[in-house]
Amino acid sequence: MVEIHTAEQDNFHLIQVEGDVDASSSIHLDETISEVESQAKNILVDCSKLEYISSAGLGVFMSRLQDYENEGRQMILFGLSEKVLNVFQILGLDQLLIIVDNFEEAKDRVDAI
Amino acid sequence: MQFDYMVPCSTNRLKEVRNFVNQVLHEYEFSEVDINRMVLAVDEVCSNLIIHSNNCNPEEMIELRINVDPEGIVFEIKDQGMAFKPDSYHEPSLREVIRKKKKGGIGLMLVKRIMDEIEFQSESSHNVCRLYKKI
Repeated sequence: MVEIHTAEQDNFHLIQVEGDVDASSSIHLDETISEVESQAKNILVDCSKLEYISSAGLGVFMSRLQDYENEGRQMILFGLSEKVLNVFQILGLDQLLIIVDNFEEAKDRVDAI
Repeated sequence: MQFDYMVPCSTNRLKEVRNFVNQVLHEYEFSEVDINRMVLAVDEVCSNLIIHSNNCNPEEMIELRINVDPEGIVFEIKDQGMAFKPDSYHEPSLREVIRKKKKGGIGLMLVKRIMDEIEFQSESSHNVCRLYKKI
């Protein structure tokens, strides 16, 4: 259902999400982010192979917003397809999370910190 | 046109439900974004029914019926679990969900934004949720 790969980089951790993040699989994304959080301050999430996301997946990102803001962490999502981005837009989450077009832009955001 | 699908109450089967809805809607002239939104709404309702009304009991079933006519689409989702009481549902604000660091609670918010009308009906033997989308 969902495949998740992580890679450590200089000043961030990269998480690649592939497939569907729904009520049955969102737990895997949640656990991966929790593991990565202890190793890196900034997290880049590659969504270019994310085919579907439901509220359970949105919740994984939303539930961290408050803490990340307090801790000065950055989580940047990139590579979202039009239909996946639209799901973030329905409730205006695209305005609260950092979403950029591609990896270069995401990396520039982290480098600028 | 009418399309029917039946699935056990297990979140592992949600993908099948989505595939079914996708397949049906691809028969018509909808954009990928619109199809995905309707798939999402049905997925959210089914997830809630599976998890909250039926405790993920795979012996319980969910019946999905899709009716497409020139005016619109009706998604009818039937189960026999605990009835959802829309009157006792208070829609949280997005800020509230974020402040409380909740991972759930926005499924029905999405469904409400996507669909034109939602109806919950409970009878002694079953519950029906109907989602209406105008074309």
